[in-house]
Amino acid sequence: MSTRKSLLAASLLLTLGAAAVAAETPKLGKPITEAEIAAWDIAAMPDGSGLPPGSGTAAQGAPIYAQKCVACHGEGGKGGVAPGAGPLAGGGPLTAGIDAPKTIGNFYGQASTVFDFTRRSMPFNMPLSLTDNEVYALTAYILALNKIIGENDVMDAKTLPQVKMPNRDGFIIRFPDRI
Amino acid sequence: MSTGRRRTRGSEQFEPVAGNGLLDRRLLLRSGLALAGVTAGVAATGAAAEPLTNDPWTLEMGEPTPALQVPSRFEKNVVRTRTNPNNEFRNSHARTPHHLLNGTVTPNSLHFSINHAGLPDIDPERHRLVIHGMVKQPLVFTLEQLSRYPLVTRMSFVECSGNSAPLFSNEPVQGTAQALHGLVSNAEWTGVPLSVLLDEAGADLSAKWVIAEGADAHALHRSVPMKKAIGDALVAIYQNGERLMPGNGYPMRLLLPGYQGNMNVKFLRRLKVVDQPAMSMFESKTYSQLLPDGKAWRFHFLQEVKSFITHPSFGQTLKVPGLYQISGVAYSGNGRIAKVMVSADGGKSWSEAALRGPVHPQAFTRFDMPWRWDGQPAVLQSRAWDEAGNAQPLRKDFVAARGETQKPVTNPAAFPNQHYNSLTSWGIGSTGEIKHVYA
Repeated sequence: MSTRKSLLAASLLLTLGAAAVAAETPKLGKPITEAEIAAWDIAAMPDGSGLPPGSGTAAQGAPIYAQKCVACHGEGGKGGVAPGAGPLAGGGPLTAGIDAPKTIGNFYGQASTVFDFTRRSMPFNMPLSLTDNEVYALTAYILALNKIIGENDVMDAKTLPQVKMPNRDGFIIRFPDRI
Repeated sequence: MSTGRRRTRGSEQFEPVAGNGLLDRRLLLRSGLALAGVTAGVAATGAAAEPLTNDPWTLEMGEPTPALQVPSRFEKNVVRTRTNPNNEFRNSHARTPHHLLNGTVTPNSLHFSINHAGLPDIDPERHRLVIHGMVKQPLVFTLEQLSRYPLVTRMSFVECSGNSAPLFSNEPVQGTAQALHGLVSNAEWTGVPLSVLLDEAGADLSAKWVIAEGADAHALHRSVPMKKAIGDALVAIYQNGERLMPGNGYPMRLLLPGYQGNMNVKFLRRLKVVDQPAMSMFESKTYSQLLPDGKAWRFHFLQEVKSFITHPSFGQTLKVPGLYQISGVAYSGNGRIAKVMVSADGGKSWSEAALRGPVHPQAFTRFDMPWRWDGQPAVLQSRAWDEAGNAQPLRKDFVAARGETQKPVTNPAAFPNQHYNSLTSWGIGSTGEIKHVYA
């Protein structure tokens, strides 16, 4: 009886001990504040969160494009200059074939993607060198080239998420149960 | 009993189990079969044995033992093929030479690598991993700190979802298994379970997504479902026992077993817990693939069940009729490989291949099938099933659902579409020459 009791107690202790060990992780990470992460925290999200202050129009974007983008992306965003730098304007019907070129105009579902990629990855030889106003202006320029917005439409944290991309309803989530 | 008798005979007495000379896989491990194969080969070539002599390397002391060893100078052709050797302002790919390898582990120097903005030269002392967003306490980690965590080791393939893309061509693109399938590799990865780090930061588990971002010159980012992040995701810091290769994410990468390669973010520097996907350029455009009706699949995640034959394959030649071992790799993002069937007559008849164990989930499994080539044209195929019951789709079914190009693909390095997981067929000509064919 007493043996059984002590065995039970021992196994209980073991169980508790194992649970305590399992729950104990090294916790070696150092606390950091969101302010300290700001330089990296640059994702521009579809709903507009993460978009910085500032603004720009296509007209303001044109000279920046001529200076910093045209060498690879070509006049008017037509592409065909540097390998890998696809066209930024135009694009045929997506029913033209399973290898139809996917462009901003015919494919992108969100305008935030244009802003985000330009901001974090462009120009190729000098990423993260554009000011927020320059990124807004270039985004406006590219969207206007695709006739998605007008020449004088101002792009900012409020207007950009409201831009309706032509192919916004063109997507099917492949594995919804995995989200 | 009968085994003993068979051991003394040539391969001719083995009854084919399927058309065009496929032999019983259960005979694979019998020493008698190997012996029979050698005998048949010698007989067929008629090579006479020459008296053995001692070569120079036997007659003098060899080279000093190096600190870091590299393959023999006679293996110089076993290299990755590159798409951007001059480092132009675009992405670069290096493909694994599957037709020159065997087993299941891809050597680190030959692991495939795709870099969208060049290869960053990261100082591990200065590299940081931040976890923030919808968490109780944002945290920052160094490599040294992560190295002190209890580590997990597992096998896992990593596959670019653009791997095998030439097979979307309406006519077969001629290329080696490296050219066609070189954007998948398999390694042993060691790292910290991401669930542990998310737990320490107090991540809000009702948030559905984690944005993972790299320290490369694109600050490449992808949205990872929280389900996967708290599932089997690792922050990997070792690859086949050594620190990660630069091209595979040094000093740390996200490992999402079975999920498309690009999501396994390399040079991992930031994880942000969020309530919506970022719709980064790579998930919005590159890795959302067009369907024949003009709609596109988004968030494909999974690399589905697939296999391909590496031996024999394009670039190799069968010199004489006789016994060969058909061999290849099979893998599935859905778990373990359950079986692989092999055909030597273009899919008219099939026989089950032997699997070289152990069979790990979301990892390469090598399969073998003994085959006696009679010198006539043959078409070799493999087809895999995973433990979830998914079968690798037949080409006609795959093309019916996913389409193919209207014109032949001329550049084998192009990506007409994504997520090809149908069959690969190697056509053997009567001269022993091997071509990529559709069957």
